[in-house]
Amino acid sequence: MEILHALIIWPDKLLLSLLVLFFIAVPILYGARQAMHSLLQAVFRAVSNPLRLMSRWLFKTAEMLRERNKMVLLARGREEVSHSIIKEFERVTNLVDRDLHGYPALQRKLMDEITRIEEEFQKCGEVPPPPPEWTKAVAAISKIKPSGDGLVERILEDISNSIDDIYERVIAEYRESAKQRHNILKGFMPFWRSVDRTLKRVDKDLTGMQQSAAKIDEQVEKYKQIHAKSEKAEHSLASSTTILFVISVLAIMIAAGGAFVNFWLIERPMSAMVGGSEYIVGDIQASYLAAMVIIFFETLMGLFLMESLGYTHLFPLNNINNRMRRWLVWISFTILLILAGVEVALAVMRDLIISADVALKQELAGTEVMTGAVANAWALNIPKAAQMILGFTLPFALAFVAIPLEYLIHSGRTVFGALLVLGIRGLAFVLRFISNMVRQVGKGTEHLYDAVIFLPLIIERAVLNRGPQRPALPPGSSGGMAALSKHGEHVL
Amino acid sequence: MTSRRWIIPLLALGLFATSCADQRIHAQAIYMLVDTSGTYAKELDKAQRVVSYLLGNLNPGDSMAVARVKSRSFSEKDIIAKVTLSKDPMQINNQKRAFAEKIGTFKADIVKGSAYTDITGGIIQAAEFLNETGAGNKTILIFSDMQEELDYKTVRDFPINLQGIRIIALNVTKLTTDNVDPRRYLGRLEWWEQRARNAGASDWRVVNDLEHLERIFKGRG
Repeated sequence: MEILHALIIWPDKLLLSLLVLFFIAVPILYGARQAMHSLLQAVFRAVSNPLRLMSRWLFKTAEMLRERNKMVLLARGREEVSHSIIKEFERVTNLVDRDLHGYPALQRKLMDEITRIEEEFQKCGEVPPPPPEWTKAVAAISKIKPSGDGLVERILEDISNSIDDIYERVIAEYRESAKQRHNILKGFMPFWRSVDRTLKRVDKDLTGMQQSAAKIDEQVEKYKQIHAKSEKAEHSLASSTTILFVISVLAIMIAAGGAFVNFWLIERPMSAMVGGSEYIVGDIQASYLAAMVIIFFETLMGLFLMESLGYTHLFPLNNINNRMRRWLVWISFTILLILAGVEVALAVMRDLIISADVALKQELAGTEVMTGAVANAWALNIPKAAQMILGFTLPFALAFVAIPLEYLIHSGRTVFGALLVLGIRGLAFVLRFISNMVRQVGKGTEHLYDAVIFLPLIIERAVLNRGPQRPALPPGSSGGMAALSKHGEHVL
Repeated sequence: MTSRRWIIPLLALGLFATSCADQRIHAQAIYMLVDTSGTYAKELDKAQRVVSYLLGNLNPGDSMAVARVKSRSFSEKDIIAKVTLSKDPMQINNQKRAFAEKIGTFKADIVKGSAYTDITGGIIQAAEFLNETGAGNKTILIFSDMQEELDYKTVRDFPINLQGIRIIALNVTKLTTDNVDPRRYLGRLEWWEQRARNAGASDWRVVNDLEHLERIFKGRG
């Protein structure tokens, strides 16, 4: 400020002093124009270039990260699809083992039954009885001409009677034979039913296999797309992972709500066990920590239970055999059961403590203490029962948190990766924007400098215009003063 | 022998964890001074109600004492009842019952009020008690009309130390003279507030509405 005052020639005529100063300064500024432009360019480039460089690096990093995320996503998708194909194959294998393993026996049985049916059918076929020998005698007798001889007539009458008898016997035999055939046909029914059942079973098995084959086809198609690293597969996987992430977060939040209720259910009785006013660190009471430890322990046992049951795959338990896995299931389930029992006991204790507190407060206030001998005494036990039920069920409900937790961990990698890429790109854009802004401000400052020394610049232009004719410029070049000016130099 | 070496760092860790947290910092200590001088002795029913309320709100590890304010109150003998609650919630109830009984007995035994009112002596005694407990939150409740009257031998006009202690005046009734000139009442309260703050009290508050005793604990740090 003092320097500025010292520069003023006539302190009482400020405007005049400034004007004189301006006219003195303009030739100096005009002389220093090239140097000043270079300085300004250097200064603003010193700011904008690193920003531009950083922005480019960030864009590249984001791209690399995106590629890496894509690889992870596709690998995860490939793994999932492979897993589901293996599962489907296992299902088909089980189906084949279970149903089609006995298929030769089934076929043999079917063939046997068909053969038997054929035999029986042949048996029941109607066989015409052979013509009896006496028919020839009857034919010969029938050729005898009626002569009115009584002996002949009597013989013929006897023959007629005999034929009637024989006819009746033959008819009875025929009927008996037909009845037997009907019985045979009736005996066919179970075989028909058995054949029908067998064929239906075969049909059902084959339909199931057909469906599995269709599913396998679908999964294989998906696998092919993933293997080909197609955009469609990537988008589909990213979308399903995001949905899975949101659902997992919701499920975890619900579980956290359950854990919160559980915490307040056991905190008070825990304070009776570990000391009500014991503090571990800062404001964290020992009872809070004890209650949280129980809840964490329950969750951990739930994780182990789900893991050993094969519902989740958070830990590398592939190395252990089935016997050990069963042991793990039983151990974790037993501990969970014990903890649930502990929570029931704590719920009872909590109710006792609260009842004692209420009684004390009523006593101190001078009101009559409520006794259990009220009309609806059973109703007073409802909260206690509810607490006990909650205390028993919540640990088991918490065990299921392992499933959404696994999905959250797997999908979280993709979602956070995508968010990170987005963040880096955003930052790169901001840096690029700032870099451009700085560059533009630099150019603007140069223009402002030229605007201050506009008078000498006009004179310079006029002198140059009056000078000798410039050589012809090559075609396509922007002629005039621009050709003479340097890069970034403004000519008025 | 070697296999049990892991116990040592575990114990050290346990000791470190317990030493990290100062157990007393979270505890609160309340000292209630009950004015038994003159006509104010009739207000003992209200005082008992306040004590009941306080007992209901005490937590494990908290301390409480009730002392009377009489002609000279700087004495342990004036403490009617005192207790430091245990950690066991069931035992706490018994301690609270015993405390309430002592207050009831004291109320029944009071026949005539004292001639003078030594509030300052009571406050000094209260500060001693509270500092001795080492509690994190220390509160002195003064159940009085805040009209100090000392005999000519008693000396109380010296600076006192109430560093880190909250002072709450309860049921500060208006005297007949206050009704004539309310400035006397307001001036009295102002004088006591000034005195408490000069002595380093962390807070000064007046709670006259005994229907809202929760205001005692409101804004506690």
